[in-house]
Amino acid sequence: MTHKRRRMLYVAIGLVLLGSATALVLSAFQDSLVFFYSPTDLLAKPEAAGHAVRLGGLVEQGSVVKESDGVTTRFRVTDLKKSLLVAYKGVLPDLFREGQGVVVEGSLLPDGSFRANEVLAKHDEKYMPPEVAKALKANGEWRPAAQSQQQPASSSP
Amino acid sequence: MAARGTESTAAGEQLAMTLEFGHFALVLALLIAGLQTVVPLAGASRGDPRMMAFARAAALAQLLCVAIAFGALMQAFIISDFSVAAVANNSNSRQPLLYRMAGLWGNHEGSLLLWISILAIYGAAVAVFGGNLPARLRARVLAVQGAIAFGFLAFTLFASNPFARLDPAPADGAELNPILQDPGLAFHPPMLYLGYVGLSMAFSFAIAALIEGRVDAAWARWVRPWTLAAWTCLTAGIAGGSWWAYYTLGWGGWWFWDPTENASFMPWLIATALLHSAIVVEKRDALKGWTILLAILAFGFSLIGTFLVRSGIITSVHAFAVDPARGLFILALLIVYVGGGLLLFAWRAPALKGGGLFAPISREGALLINNLLLATAAATVLLGTIYPLILDTLGEGTVSVGPPYYNSTFMPIILPLIALTALGPMLSWKRADLAGALGRLRLALALAIAAALLAWWLHGGPALALLGVALAGWLFTGSLTEIIGRSRALSPGGLARLRRLPRAAWGMTLAHAGIAIAILGMTGSAAWKQEDIRVLKPGESAEIAGYSYRLEEVTPVPGPNYEATRARFTVSAGGRQVAVLHPEKRFFPVAETTTTQAAIRMLGIADLYGVIGEPDGKGGWTVRFYYEPLVPLIWIGFLIMAAGGVVSLSDRRYRVGAPQRARGAATAEVKALAR
Repeated sequence: MTHKRRRMLYVAIGLVLLGSATALVLSAFQDSLVFFYSPTDLLAKPEAAGHAVRLGGLVEQGSVVKESDGVTTRFRVTDLKKSLLVAYKGVLPDLFREGQGVVVEGSLLPDGSFRANEVLAKHDEKYMPPEVAKALKANGEWRPAAQSQQQPASSSP
Repeated sequence: MAARGTESTAAGEQLAMTLEFGHFALVLALLIAGLQTVVPLAGASRGDPRMMAFARAAALAQLLCVAIAFGALMQAFIISDFSVAAVANNSNSRQPLLYRMAGLWGNHEGSLLLWISILAIYGAAVAVFGGNLPARLRARVLAVQGAIAFGFLAFTLFASNPFARLDPAPADGAELNPILQDPGLAFHPPMLYLGYVGLSMAFSFAIAALIEGRVDAAWARWVRPWTLAAWTCLTAGIAGGSWWAYYTLGWGGWWFWDPTENASFMPWLIATALLHSAIVVEKRDALKGWTILLAILAFGFSLIGTFLVRSGIITSVHAFAVDPARGLFILALLIVYVGGGLLLFAWRAPALKGGGLFAPISREGALLINNLLLATAAATVLLGTIYPLILDTLGEGTVSVGPPYYNSTFMPIILPLIALTALGPMLSWKRADLAGALGRLRLALALAIAAALLAWWLHGGPALALLGVALAGWLFTGSLTEIIGRSRALSPGGLARLRRLPRAAWGMTLAHAGIAIAILGMTGSAAWKQEDIRVLKPGESAEIAGYSYRLEEVTPVPGPNYEATRARFTVSAGGRQVAVLHPEKRFFPVAETTTTQAAIRMLGIADLYGVIGEPDGKGGWTVRFYYEPLVPLIWIGFLIMAAGGVVSLSDRRYRVGAPQRARGAATAEVKALAR
């Protein structure tokens, strides 16, 4: 094999690898992307039921209830327009609190409630998940004054 | 400082002076970095030895200035000077000393100063230990280092000043984020930074080589120890970070494909590829252009990681919440350095003549496949990390990319690579005998199958887990077979030959065996972890994986700056007590935050893992247990890999300042003359 032909062989191997990686990536994107919705958006999209999605908003004041088994929690996630009942079996993250921003991952059940298999924690209690802030803004429910204590801590003056 | 009260003491004045002095030193460092870039570059192209020699003095002066700045800020953190914004926002006078110190890099501004300090240390190391480098190459390497330092110093001073003051100063600080008040955080970021920033050395050597238009075996030998050092620190840093996530998040997992984890993993993948391709340059004078490209990309991925973590554009459990203007600044730095590097590469790379020819089935061929697979793997991780960003920018909705994506893209790429890792070292340079190499791996194949069968008999599956066990057995045995075969350790005098093997050979064996061990741990975690959540009252027990956990008591325990709720579990198996676990919940009143401290006890090669949750108000507590078989092997494997890096670094051929390298330089010069 000449030098040139050999080099072409390596380039071909590289292309085949890249091609298969692209195929893998595309097929993975088909079924493993998890979309983010606010309660209003999710309720307007019944076809999302059964798929893994993320739901973000605020934990509604006074909505957190522990089930009798002691480990299942029910609470409502609200974007201040609509809200959804979420059930989660497990230990809630340390930063989970009523009135705070929250993102839960799970799926919408046929009865219109949401089963979460993960409640996402943040490192910082003053930190509003950006998706939640965006969803609230999109709803016109973003009140910077009311949310001021939820601004990022390290954006110092 | 004066704002603290009316009694502005002389001591206070002195402290303020120290701080201003530190700030001034940082400005001075910026100016020196500018000179360090321009003067040696001009000197190298003119052949002026005095201008080239300036690079060494500048690198040392820069280290001195940056060290003064670092020391001044560290002092502010230690004595809790809340007139400094970075201290007031991230420290509190009741924090223990270790976390007051770690607070320096627990925030954006301070961690940038750490980044710059490490960069200055690397630069000074070239100045001190680079005596055997040709003067021209050394001047250019230090000039590129100066250019990197200049950009980051400008970023620090103009967009993220760690010395910014507050007036009036608050009475006490806002406290370091409690979840970061942990020994793991105190140590893993500096380790990671040593890795990230160390890759700048590979970058500087690559740019200097492109300017010179020459890449040869000597160049590969010079660049290798720096890359190896960076890789070793990165490996240890990633291991430390994942260990921290494992015990502090209380989720029983050790890797979440979180963007920040990916930010450290992508440079690691590219640095691993670079380590392997530099061998081909050194031994066979081939793959030069590709190696230079990898050196540029490795540092590029470090910068991408910095950008992703600090710009606030991605949602991550780690992301510093910072404003987008800073992200823009880092993006500009990224474009200048990597874009500039790639342009220079496109312009100069065709001048790099490849030397050694090799057949597809050869050591070179295997290393090339290794590189292609690693680079492709890094590309899929990059795509998964930034895809949400792309979709968001296009207005296509907000998405997240989680473990399922990586399982179906990264795994199919990395599993063949692991299988080939055992084979590659068996192949000879130039042209190899594939059948012969496979024949020598008979024992490895047999043991791999035996390990998979054993796992099947013990656990029964799933198939992917059996494959993981088989690969671990294959790679581990294959690595041992290689080093035993190479030294003929089993024939008479074998031990002596084993001892005389180059350290680099031992380093490779350790690193490959470490991967095998870590894979076994990852497989155990992914396939056979058991989990239980329930409510227990004191005196009740729960059983998981044959272990009975009895909640003995829950007691309040005061900490230095938190109130802990500590549970005591006694764990017994077969009626015999085997362990006592003390998980805690800690409430930090200043930050109004609760953190979880999981209790982990290693028993054989499995972890018993317990977490205490909330009280149910009726005398019971939510508790969570994990049984994590084989999981300790993950970190043991990582440590063995890092140890392989250290052993390889001590190889005489690569040792900094080794006479052999000077001879290498001489031959390189002769070669250049002969051209």
